[in-house]
Parts: sequence; structure tokens; C-alpha cells
Amino acid sequence: MNRRDFTQTLGLGAAGLLLPKMPALARTITAEELLEPGLDIPVKKRLADAALNAATAKGATYADVRIGRYLNQYVMTRENRVQNIINTESFGVGVRVIANGCWGFAAIGDTQSEEDVARTAEKAVLFAKAHARLIKKPVQLAPQKGFGEVSWKTKVDKHSFEVPVKEKVDLLLTANGIALQNGANFVNNTLFMINEQKYFASTDGSYIDQDVHRIWPNFTVTAVDKASGLMATRDSLSAPMGRSYDYLQTAPADRLTGVTTRYNQGYDMLEDAEAAAKQARLKLKAKSVEAGKYDLVLDPSHTYLTIHESVGHATELDRVLGYEANLAGTSFATIDKWQSKKFNYGSNVVNFFADKTQPGSLGDVGWDDEGVKTKRWDLIKDGILVNYQAIRDQVHMLGEAESQGCCYADSWSTVQFQRMANVSLAPGKERLTVDEMIRDVKKGIYIIGDGSYSIDQQRYNFQFGGQLFYEIKDGQIVGMLRDVAYQSNTQEFWNSCVKVCDERDYRMGGTFFDGKGQPAQINSVSHGSSTARFNGVNVLNTGRKI
Amino acid sequence: MAIISQEEAKKILEKVLTFSKADEMSVSLSGGRTSNIRYALNSVSSGGEADNMSLLITAGIGKRMGSATVNEFNDKAIERTVRRAEEIARLAPENPEYMPMIGPQSYLETPMYADTTAKMDAEARAQVAFDSVDACEQKNLSAAGFLQDTTGFSAIANSKGLFGYNKATSVDFSVTVRTADSTGSGYVTRDFNDISKLKTRAVTGIAMQKALASTNARTLEPGKYTVILEPTAMGTLLQSMMSGMDARLADEGRSFLSRKGGGTRLGEKLIDERITIYSDPMNPEAPSEPFASEGRNRTGSFLGGGVVGDGRPQEKLTWFENGVVKNMSYSRFWASQKGVKAVPPPTGFIMAGGNQSLADLIKSTDKGILVTRLWYVRMVDPKTLLQTGLTRDGTFYIENGQIKFPVKNFRFNESAIIVLNNVEALGAPMRVNGNLIPPVKARDFTFTSLSDAI
Repeated sequence: MNRRDFTQTLGLGAAGLLLPKMPALARTITAEELLEPGLDIPVKKRLADAALNAATAKGATYADVRIGRYLNQYVMTRENRVQNIINTESFGVGVRVIANGCWGFAAIGDTQSEEDVARTAEKAVLFAKAHARLIKKPVQLAPQKGFGEVSWKTKVDKHSFEVPVKEKVDLLLTANGIALQNGANFVNNTLFMINEQKYFASTDGSYIDQDVHRIWPNFTVTAVDKASGLMATRDSLSAPMGRSYDYLQTAPADRLTGVTTRYNQGYDMLEDAEAAAKQARLKLKAKSVEAGKYDLVLDPSHTYLTIHESVGHATELDRVLGYEANLAGTSFATIDKWQSKKFNYGSNVVNFFADKTQPGSLGDVGWDDEGVKTKRWDLIKDGILVNYQAIRDQVHMLGEAESQGCCYADSWSTVQFQRMANVSLAPGKERLTVDEMIRDVKKGIYIIGDGSYSIDQQRYNFQFGGQLFYEIKDGQIVGMLRDVAYQSNTQEFWNSCVKVCDERDYRMGGTFFDGKGQPAQINSVSHGSSTARFNGVNVLNTGRKI
Repeated sequence: MAIISQEEAKKILEKVLTFSKADEMSVSLSGGRTSNIRYALNSVSSGGEADNMSLLITAGIGKRMGSATVNEFNDKAIERTVRRAEEIARLAPENPEYMPMIGPQSYLETPMYADTTAKMDAEARAQVAFDSVDACEQKNLSAAGFLQDTTGFSAIANSKGLFGYNKATSVDFSVTVRTADSTGSGYVTRDFNDISKLKTRAVTGIAMQKALASTNARTLEPGKYTVILEPTAMGTLLQSMMSGMDARLADEGRSFLSRKGGGTRLGEKLIDERITIYSDPMNPEAPSEPFASEGRNRTGSFLGGGVVGDGRPQEKLTWFENGVVKNMSYSRFWASQKGVKAVPPPTGFIMAGGNQSLADLIKSTDKGILVTRLWYVRMVDPKTLLQTGLTRDGTFYIENGQIKFPVKNFRFNESAIIVLNNVEALGAPMRVNGNLIPPVKARDFTFTSLSDAI
């Protein structure tokens, strides 16, 4: 699931209008209250101990408790007006236990009472025991040492919630004004800011306090030609980041010039709004693509989504084993392929790594949601599948004794499970710029930004669109195209990857809305890459008449 | 969590309104519990429960609006929250599209609540999982399924005398059954308000049969085929169309309902004359919420955050009649600009069908493909409603009125508008995700590539 699924859930899908779902069980608060401190650590520790003690007293062999305070601010505008400003707080306690070899979970909102929390822990044990008759094998949890009382926080230079709402509104409305002056008919412009304050404790002896920040400035500019009935949109080329308001300050190195400006660690909304409006108008007049085989040059603002769908999800061990078969699906990257040590997931220039530690990434935390220290590890090395993403109750199936640290729950009210770490394509080892890459392409398309996306339940067959499509002929960009989507098969596609630009071009894209599980949960995840070239990919024309 | 009765809810809401100093105030109270059990590889993998109740207070001052939430119901806490909502309103920017709150409305008493569902416990959920898993184990098949039940209520009131109350239960069950060697996969989903309607073993049997019948799938070349879309597949394809009935987007030129040259396609024949789609909150098979809400999130509407929407009553309304666009939804602001009735978007829809069974539709097909389920369906072009996605969990080739063999899954690129223009036959509707949808036979459905996924 990605951001457009979110709008579909809200019944706004056809519009592409971006409105965030109110987080489950959240309360509306003032902007000032977003800055109020949460519970003191000794209070949280007392609550946590009440839960852990109650669970073990009722027979749990393991228990963990998450005390979560989730703060969100959304500023939503269209054209010259503010549609909504929402500040929310969601606070509660989730307790997970193993009893009779089976998992159980229960959660309670808005309480600071040790009795409430203890009762919730007892309920979790009750669930575990009621369900235990239906398990085949008891849960086998990888051992984890306790870390004692520790803490971690996202590096914050300019705290989003300290910036006055008026300053945010002014920025968005100024950007909208620039877009309207440059040919846009409509602009939807939203700023999401998130702060997760999470306290984790477990019977292993960890008490982990974490303060996680994320930000996502995001707009869609629409140009309409009523006479012809055509419409074109261009989404912002920003990325959601594990950062705070400092992402909206750009240094010269953050700006990559070229056929259009792309952004790295800092984002210039005003500059991008102007470009977006002009490009949306150009898209109305762009040539409709001729279907056929093309060499694709893919910008990181686009590739992140292809990586997410075809590598990120396919290497989640719970999917591989069948635990997600009923909704998200399973995976073609089966255990036998990994065991063979020679499954060519991609060409030999393709190297993927998973990590939960990259600064500024959405997955960056100190410990995961079951108290495991985060790290970086290889998934695909020189094109060969070498590992998966797995958590404490799964790693034994890989013959490993230690979790990879990628367990996450999207709320105190939901149970934690394996979620995607940042999965990124390593930069090419040889020096190569985007211009040099394009110079060698005879018949190709250069794609920037993410568009429509779809992949099958085992992650073989996919189709992706984009925001900007530039036709390449004999090493030159000759103009814009429209109605472009490419279809391929994961293994074929990554084996058609012939070149990856070097680390100077490495950038991250990502999403707040990676979806998985039943009931569905979201996860924030980044995917880095440098611009990469794929030879002979099937492109179709998506133009239709109704 | 106990459900608060209509009388108790009214008392709390009226109390809140007595504290108001704003020009106008609306308040909503909602609460309930949601519980689930999840299994995979014939074994329970997780299960749990969350409950909550909250009061959402919205103050209107001039053209400014502010909201605040609380989950304590003593006078002091309520008054503090009212003051906070008013404070937030004063600080908010003016909304040029602000609409004054509406007065008293009469709401339908929709049959959404079943005591049997409200009384479900962990044992009852475990029994459903057991029945589903046990049936599969006996045939050496592997089940992955999910059962979720919710019980909740919502009440709304405002300073202009509006009051509404609704209580509801829901059950959502789905199971994917795979063969031991993973060469076959079948799926079934059912949703009800009343758990006693769920016949777990029988329903699981449908997915089992599809899993066994879908092994050794053969390859057919992609292209245009006559398809029979089972209700689950058709419902997925219709979702974007029915959530895109907004008149403003059409007036702005960015919808499939925009008319070339400007305006909307209201009154135009857009799809086959055999197609009629309406909404009816009182439908006994698929009842829906009696007051307007912005989105269709049955679980979310019970659990905190209050009722989304402005309290407009939902009533029986036809969206497409014999292929003609009969109604479009309007925000109250846009309706006031256009001088029309502010019709809220539907919270559920019913596509009229025929009397034929799925078997009848297959029998009358010379050559075609039976599609069980569509997966990862995404919009490619909102102007044409072109969507892409894949078939999944049982796709079969039909010849001379019989299912001949399973086929490999396809990717499609197709528009619901084109499908509904190419209709050959409609079967008897059944409930899917709160809607009633018939199986649909349509010609020239566009499959663009093959998938190896099972």
C-alpha cells in the first residue's frame, strides 16, 4: 500500500486528493500541546513493570509492553486556502505476551493507571491461552539480551512542532500561488509531520525510550484543458524523510540540476512548485508514447517504489514462509533459491542492503519494536540473493540466532510484526554521472518521480508509471512523453540493470504508507538508489477513450 | 466495552452543548471494540482486541472551526474540552468554504446491529479459526485466514437541535487456501452484520475447491477475452468508480464524470442500459450508516475520532439508472455554489443484477475466462478510470459452457466504464465488503501480460 491507497480508503481515490486518515484512536489537540512533554520515564517504567509483572503472574513466559504517544500535525491546503489543520495525539499501552507457546495481545488507550495496564496484560494472556489450542508449534523466540535503561532520538535541527503554524501555512500558500501563476489550475498541498514517542520494556530487561521524527511535504499540481478534456498532474519531487523541519532548508549540494531539478537532503518547495506547474502544462501537449521496448533510465525519486515492491516486499521472510498469504501474498524468492546461493535476483551490478540505521531515513531507529538493536545487512550481493528480513520469532528458520531488528507496530493499539527495513540499491562502484549514462542510450525513456504502481502477490509481474517521462534518442533528451507505463518481471528487470550511477547521485525516496497485515498496518520506509539503467523494458501506452 | 444506549448518549451530548459559547457547536460520541484472530499455515499467528470511546467536540466561530477530543465524561473534563475546541477555532484560519451546521434531521433506523456479534469472545473466534483450519487439514491443504468483528455505536448532535444515533456490528472473514506444494490457491471472503450468518466450513470449502482446481495452470496468451468477474472481483473494480461520484471534481475537469468542454456528465448515458447502481441504507442484506460520513471505514467510525461528516441523512438514492448518470455527490459548499441539493456520497452501494447463478453464466459462455479475485488494483488514469491489477487465487478457462482448465494469472489494464459498456450478462448479486454486487460477464476485457504468481 502506498499513499494513493490511503486516499482510496477514504473514498477520494479518483481525485488523487491527498488527505491523511486520522490515526486510529487519536484525539485532536492544539499545536501547543504537541510540544508538551509526555509521561516522565519513571512513570512509564512503573506502568511497564505493572504490565510485565501481571503477565508473568498469569503464566506468560515472555512479555513486552509498548507505551506509545503518537503526535501528528497535518496542514492541508488547496489553491489559495487552508482546508484543514489537524493536530492529533494518540496515547496508550499495548501488551504482547507468550503463554502456552502462543502469542496474545491486548491494548488500552489513554490510561496512566497501573491497574488498567495490569488488566490489559492479563487479557493478552487470556487471548494467548484461548488461541493456544490452534498452534502447531510453540513460538520460538531468538534470545535477546536486555539493554537496561537506554534512549535514542532522531537528529533534529529544527523541530517541526516548534515552527509556528502560520509559517507553515504561508509556505504552502506561497507555493500554491507560484504554481497557479505558472499555469496550474489546481494545487493540493499538504505537510505531514510526525513524532513517535515510544517506550518499550520487556521481560528480557530492556527499558528503551525513543523519540522519532518524520516529515513529508507533498503536493499535486493539476493542469486541465477543458476544450480537449485532457488533464495532467505533477506531484512534488520531495521525499518523506526521517527528519524534522530542517528538510525544508536546502543547501547547494541538495539540488541536482539537469532536465529538471531533483533534491537530496533538503527540499525547495517553491522552486519545485514552479517547475511542477510548467511541466503539468507541458504534459498536456506531450507526445503519447509509442508502445514497445525501451532502455529505461530511472531516477531515484522513481526507483524507490520499484525497489519497495519488487525487492523490499519479496524478501520479507514472513511472506516467503506464507504468513501473509491471505492478503499481501507470498514471495517468489523462496527458501530453496536462497539456499542455492546462486539465484540471480539481478545482474552483477545489483547490490541491495537492508538497514534501520541510515541517518535521515524513515526506518532509522536505535532499537526495533521488540527491543533488538538495529543494524545493516546484505540482501542481494553481486546479483545473488543472500538473505531476508526477519524478526525474533523467525530467524531460527534461517539458522540464525539473532534477529535482524525490523519489527514494528504502527500504534500502541496494534501488534508488532516483521516490517520492511529501508531496502536500498547500493551505488555503482565505477564513476558515472546521469549525463554520461544517458549519452549511451539509443532509444530510451528517462523517468522521474513515482506514478501508478501494481505488482502481483508473489512479486513477479509489475507495472509502474511515473511523473515525468523524457524521450531519449541517440544519447539526447528530445522531448516529453505521456501515457507511459512499463511492465516487467522482477528477476528479468533486475537482470536487465546494466549500470548504476555512483554515490554522488545516491538519494532516498520513500513512503509513510507501506501496508501489510490484517488488520492492516502502515510502516514508514525509505529506499535509496542512484540513477540506474535497464535495457529493453516493455513500455505500454495507457491512453484510453471512454 | 458496553455500548452506550441512545438515551445515555443523548444525555451526554446535550450536556456538552450546554457549555458552548461558540456561534455553533457539534458533538459526536463514538465507541466500541474491535477484535480479531489471524491464522496462517494452519496455525494461529496472532489475535487481539482494542477498545476505546471518545467524544469529539467541534466549535464554529464565524467562518472558523476547531475540534477537540476527550474520553472522560465528567462535567469538568467536558467543559475544559469545549473551551479548548473554541480556542482552536479562534486560532484557525477562516475557511471561505465554511458552511453553517444543519438543523434537526430524521434518520433511518438501519438494521446494522446483531446481538450475536456483540457477544463474540476469544473462544468463539478460535472456533471459527478451528473450523476453517480443520477442513483444510483434512485435505492436506494450508489455510491463511482472518476474522475481525466490531461492535460499536455513534451518536451526533449539534446546537441547532440535530441528534442521531446508530449502533452496529460487523464481521469480516476471509481465507486463502493453498495446496501443500503451493501450485494451487483459492480465496473466499464474506462479510455480515450478524456472525450467525457465517458458515465457516462451507465458505472455506469454496476456497479449498478453488485451490485444488487451480493446480497445473496452463498459459494463455494475453489479449482481449470475454470474462466472468465474480462479485469479489467486480466489487474491486467498481470501488474507484463509486468513490469518484463527486460533482466538484467533475466540474473542475478532473474526473471521468467531466464533460468535454466543461460541466459534468449528469444525465448522460455512460454505461450499458442494463446497469443500475443505487444505495440503500435499509437494505436488509447490506445495510449502511444512516448519516453521512466522508469515507467508508466501518471500524474507524466506531473507534474514536468521532463521526466524520456533517450529519446529512443517508437515504435510498440511484446513482446510475439504466446506464444514465442520475446523481452525483456534492459537498454542502459545492451544492450551495451550484444551487442543487447537497447529496452526500454513498456509504455502500448496490448494483442490480439478474437471477442467473454463476454456474448459469458459465454455461452460456462459448469461450471466456472466469476471474475469482482481482489484486493490487490501482488507478492509472482518473479521467478514463483506467486501472491496472492482476487476477489471483483461481483463474479458469471456459469453453462451450464448461470450465476446461485453470490458467496462469494475468495483468489487466481496463476501465470499469469500458467493462460496464461491454456487459453480456449479469448474475444474482451478493454481499461483498458491505456492498451488493452481481457476477458480471463482459466481452473484450484487456489482459496485457502474464504473471507466474500463484
